[in-house]
Amino acid sequence: MIQLRLTDKTPLSPRITRFRFQHPDGAPLPVFSGGAHVMVEMQDGDILRRNAYSLISDPQDGSGYEIAVQREDQGRGGSRFMHEQAQPGMLMRLGQPVNLFGLNLTARKHLLIAGGVGITPFLGQIPELDRLGADYELRYCVRSRDEVAVDLPGAQLHVSDEGSRMDLDGVLGAQPIGTHLYVCGSARMIAAVLDRATALGWPPDALHSEEFLAPAPGEPFDVHCARSHKTLTVGAHQSMLEALEAAGIDAPWLCRGGACGQCETDVLACDGQIDHRDHWLHDDERNRKIMPCVSRFRGQLLTIDR
Amino acid sequence: MTITFNKESFRGDYSYHNSATAIRRFPFPFDRDEYMYSVNMEPHKGGRPGSVFEARFDVDEHYVAEMEDRAITLSRDPMRCQSLPHMTLAGWDVLELIMTSKAQDYPDLFELHRDGNRWRWVNRPLGIDDTFTFLDETTLPYGPMEYITRQTQGDFAVLDQREGNLWMDAGMVTSQADWSLDFDIGMNFFEWHAPVPRAAEMGIFQRALKFLLNIQQDTPARRLNWTMTVNPRLDTSPETYPEWGPEKRSLTPENLGQKQYLRVELQSFWRLPRSNGLLFPIRCYLISLQDLVTVPKWGRRFHRVIRDLPEDLATYKGFIVNRPMIVDYLSRFDDGAPTSPGIWPD
Ligand code: FES
Repeated sequence: MIQLRLTDKTPLSPRITRFRFQHPDGAPLPVFSGGAHVMVEMQDGDILRRNAYSLISDPQDGSGYEIAVQREDQGRGGSRFMHEQAQPGMLMRLGQPVNLFGLNLTARKHLLIAGGVGITPFLGQIPELDRLGADYELRYCVRSRDEVAVDLPGAQLHVSDEGSRMDLDGVLGAQPIGTHLYVCGSARMIAAVLDRATALGWPPDALHSEEFLAPAPGEPFDVHCARSHKTLTVGAHQSMLEALEAAGIDAPWLCRGGACGQCETDVLACDGQIDHRDHWLHDDERNRKIMPCVSRFRGQLLTIDR
Repeated sequence: MTITFNKESFRGDYSYHNSATAIRRFPFPFDRDEYMYSVNMEPHKGGRPGSVFEARFDVDEHYVAEMEDRAITLSRDPMRCQSLPHMTLAGWDVLELIMTSKAQDYPDLFELHRDGNRWRWVNRPLGIDDTFTFLDETTLPYGPMEYITRQTQGDFAVLDQREGNLWMDAGMVTSQADWSLDFDIGMNFFEWHAPVPRAAEMGIFQRALKFLLNIQQDTPARRLNWTMTVNPRLDTSPETYPEWGPEKRSLTPENLGQKQYLRVELQSFWRLPRSNGLLFPIRCYLISLQDLVTVPKWGRRFHRVIRDLPEDLATYKGFIVNRPMIVDYLSRFDDGAPTSPGIWPD
């Protein structure tokens, strides 16, 4: 984690705001690769929040890091904190850039499909693709024009309430062999795009998606940490990982969104039903492992190896 | 820190030698009196002052001679350095990482001056003073990875990360312990580990891959690996086996202490920021058994390790034929006294 100063806060659309962070001494920040995200730490009263946001600034520009945050009034509070309480001049802690949505540079062509705020990881990738002189096609889908957060001359804009929805089958069918597909947006959109691509015979290795799962709330439940000899209650609006951290139990993590695999934890006993919400575990692992960053539990008691 | 660079060779008359300082700082890889294969990773964040773990890219008395040996190998076989077309950006990552690290860690030997993308690189030991444009290949005499690894000890594998796997898509490999870049190029993590014995240990590789995929920009990792070589030869590649293979049979009880070498690899793992690739440097350290046993703890321990090593591992490490002779030699330096924990000399 590095301490950076929030130097600029600019609205990009009614719900999306851009935040720029710079080193307090003006020192250059580590460069990164397009599609990378950073973890932003927010001290929201006595709750410590950590949310992942895609970096939208040019990856080769170490003068500052920029992210775009969409306000989610139904969310757990991270985006509300950024919109309401984060103010220029504030010092905040950010993690190192991590890329779980990198470009496959062996691709003949890159097809990028963004839904709404899902445009963010592509904003870091576009300068990279331009520099490489790579062939790419960017489809930017929004419901209405006021959702558009950035003006992208190279993109094809699809606005559904103006009747210019993307013809998914047409777009997927028109790609040369060797094209890689990247999709970022809502869970529903990602599922729809990947389903169609699979049905049309795209190879699985050519399909890439990124969805940051915010740990969804649920009923409180009890978890016993066998190694640390502690039993905790995970609150309704808390993730199991956050509960472990609050109890001072050391638990690894990287994405906090069910995608990277780093928080994988062995289940030692399970008197109830695990509510798996990650994109990581295989079906045959789901009875003996859990990803505490997003997944929950319903029942009497869950015992884990932490 | 001043280093006097040795005049020495890694072939022909094999005049390679270690000074007293080099012996004391040798990365002896055994922290107990037995050896079992494991992944044993730790953070690569410095280490004991003077040890090979202190700098990010260790430079020692063998630097100049090793770079001369690399140039000879490359002139005979240019395929020892390869980079698939999509790996150029990763090559610049490697160049940037090594230049910035060396200029900071050894300011009296290396200098890097950056003015935007206009860079000047000074390498005093090798007498290089070049100015070039960062990210513009035409301004360097070689591709960026080749340019900087002709000036850096150790072999280098540059791995592309995609499809949840790692791919050996570029590298500079002139001092390998019997593997071939030309054979492995383009392979993924599991394919290039295929010759390791005991398939039952596959789980170790799955865990290792997961660990590597999660290496972050500010948290490089390292581990030690080891094998044995007859003569201080860097280029023990499959391609040149006819040159060095027969040397194994030149060992006698009289010359063993001088000709049999322990070869230790300091492997490190770095996330490359611009390309999201991984850099895997494999730095090789060589010590003759007669030098090794001058540290009494190491003499005792090495005897026990070699004596008790399972048959298949001794075969895999390539010294099964000579093991009885080696154990016989080492037994003279093992009085049976207990050894202290850890790798360091007492
Ligand atoms: S932290 Fe990445 S999957 Fe849980």
